Amino acid sequence: MSKNLDFVKFDKVDKSYDGKVLVVKDLNLDIAEGEFITMLGPSGSGKTTCLMMLAGFETPTNGEIYLDKNPISNIPPHKRGIGMVFQNYALFPHMTVYENLAFPLKVRKFQKDEIDKKVDKALSMVSLSGFENRMPGQLSGGQQQRVAVARSLVFDPQLVLMDEPLGALDKNLRESMQYEIKHIHESIGVTVVYVTHDQSEALTMSNRIAVFNDGKVQQLSSPDKLYEEPVNSFVAEFIGENNTFAGQVTNMSGKECKVKLNDGTEIVANPISVKSNGDKTTVSLRPERALINTKEKMDNNFKGKIEEVIYHGDHTRVRLDLLGNKEFILKVPNSSANMDIKMGNQINVSWNSHDARALDPK
Amino acid sequence: MSSETEKILTTDGIPLEVSLKKAERKNKIKAFLLVAPLLLFLLITYIFPIGDMLMRSVDDKMVTEMLPKTFKSMEKWDGKELPPEEVFESFYLDFQKLVEEKRDGKLSTQLNYTKNGFKSILKKLRRKAKNFEEGNYKEQIMAVHQRWADVEYWRAIQRRAPAYTSQKYLKGIDMYKNEEGNIVSVEEDRRIHRILWLRTLEIAFFVTLLCFLMAYPIAHLLATLPMKYSNLLMICVLLPFWTSLLVRTASWMILLQQQGVVNDFFVMIGLVADDSRPEMMFNKTGTYVAMTQILLPFMVLPLYSVMKTISPSLMRAGKSLGGTPFVAFWKVYFPLTIPGIGAGCLLVFILAIGYYITPALVGGASGTLISNQIAFHMKSTLDWSFASAMGLMLLAGVLAIYWVYNKLVGVDNIKLG
Repeated sequence: MSKNLDFVKFDKVDKSYDGKVLVVKDLNLDIAEGEFITMLGPSGSGKTTCLMMLAGFETPTNGEIYLDKNPISNIPPHKRGIGMVFQNYALFPHMTVYENLAFPLKVRKFQKDEIDKKVDKALSMVSLSGFENRMPGQLSGGQQQRVAVARSLVFDPQLVLMDEPLGALDKNLRESMQYEIKHIHESIGVTVVYVTHDQSEALTMSNRIAVFNDGKVQQLSSPDKLYEEPVNSFVAEFIGENNTFAGQVTNMSGKECKVKLNDGTEIVANPISVKSNGDKTTVSLRPERALINTKEKMDNNFKGKIEEVIYHGDHTRVRLDLLGNKEFILKVPNSSANMDIKMGNQINVSWNSHDARALDPK
Repeated sequence: MSSETEKILTTDGIPLEVSLKKAERKNKIKAFLLVAPLLLFLLITYIFPIGDMLMRSVDDKMVTEMLPKTFKSMEKWDGKELPPEEVFESFYLDFQKLVEEKRDGKLSTQLNYTKNGFKSILKKLRRKAKNFEEGNYKEQIMAVHQRWADVEYWRAIQRRAPAYTSQKYLKGIDMYKNEEGNIVSVEEDRRIHRILWLRTLEIAFFVTLLCFLMAYPIAHLLATLPMKYSNLLMICVLLPFWTSLLVRTASWMILLQQQGVVNDFFVMIGLVADDSRPEMMFNKTGTYVAMTQILLPFMVLPLYSVMKTISPSLMRAGKSLGGTPFVAFWKVYFPLTIPGIGAGCLLVFILAIGYYITPALVGGASGTLISNQIAFHMKSTLDWSFASAMGLMLLAGVLAIYWVYNKLVGVDNIKLG
């Protein structure tokens, strides 16, 4: 089966609400058929606007959106055949669960027995069989969420949009729902565009993540790449935890560069978005990539003073004062080798230059 | 399971229920004292007057008290032929007492209500009675005027015997109890009240309908516009509330009269000829226009408060699931606004049914309502018991509508704010 690689295509899409500020700037995005893609970003980054344009509730100010190669800007929402899960579920409060699910089928003039069959199937998919006659108000938040998901899928759309669907749930429920939605996606192969501001949600569920900021896609890649290889300091900062050093490039040499920090020390880093000597840069290092008192040979070795120790059970978080950065975080696995971590102690910290990514200055 | 039904005791050994009551008592007293002033106020200004009105509308004690002996002696009379001497004697004694107390005038007024022709024969009786001899009063009274020998007039007196009467209520729907005691309608050309009741219902119904049709889009706009504009619009809706009702009605008079602004405008745009300006005031049109405008906010506000709570994502959900905008509106949005529609319609209908000032000023003859009739009897004819009776009929009508509404929609579904 050959997959359509640009099932959904944003082509140079701009969006402005007031004619002064662009909420979405020159967006180009291809979404493959069957893909689970997440639009991740802080609030106001334009991700929901993109979703609304795709759903048809907003029109692009410029550019065009294609669905399965057809431009859809002039098609009203009800003719697009896109399923949608809303932030607050948007279940119809005056209809039973059955009626909610039957709504999209009734407007499509399905026969009664066919509607019954499809509703049954959709409800069993979200393990809510037997809830047909409940009113949405009688369901818990998680159950309402599942009904909303079932309703968006019951008419077999090829594309489902989800707008922060888990935002109103508590943490445990949110996690189990993440897996549930992921499994539903895997089992029926529908294309999902998912919007969230929760990075762990995005990392868990998606095939690819588009990180939005300031109306632009900052990086579009798979979750592991996004975490391991952020292309700019916004992504590095936004996804996961991150230690940063501000400085200036002094010695570019192919795969390595030397960065002179503000306190005068030089570290070796991996040049990502710096081009030449003298460039200002922010070096980004994941906390788990820096080791203490290690015997491995690494090309960055420095001494730091422990400022704070927070016990987390499986690991210990250590805040260091290192190279002028008082917010340097380390995650130390909870093993007997690391017993001498005490406040005020001096310890050796080392990391590979490959993991210290010299990105654009903040 | 006796242990479950056993009373739970507090640590001091007092039953929990008793202890709870004790603890709550203070709060209850406090709460009662807080509402007591309002309760007293309502009692004095609302409950008592309505009770008094109820009594007044059925009260017919005046004649009963003026002719105590007569009615007592009439108890044995079957009403077929002229009453026996005993009745004539007691009537004479009662009447003499009234003459001494100078209350015979009232009696003649009251009896004249029941049957025309009492006034003159009572006047005559008063003159002649001074010279009556003792005994055989039947002969003497009948000699005063031939009508005293007419059994019809005695029956008329007997009809006033009960201390309570439904006569005023019957009159309110153009009916009366005839001589035989049957309830019949008055002649066709004298049925004014039925027309008024029907017109009141009709005007209230159409005003409610007009208000609903106009208020729904306004309320929707109010609920969906950004705060900046919706506040301004809200002020426009509320502005009439801050203007005196009289001023508003008077301005409608200026606008609607034949040489008024609206007519001038119609002539100017060539809609009507200058010499055939339509009459828009002192008829139903005036009542409709002015009442709709005045009652509009009462429809807008409940609708607005309900629409405000409907999440815009519901309509979006309806559309994204494939419903056309109309289907999404009709199946999703509209059903959710029913509590507001119910509240608004009930409010406007009940207010309209008892409306008074506006129809009185702009209604003319064909635009007056039942409340104007009530006011007329309160102020002009001073027939307070009739006014009370009609007032109570109006109240009963409103309660009936409320009851029907409760059966149809359910009062719990009403949402006022």
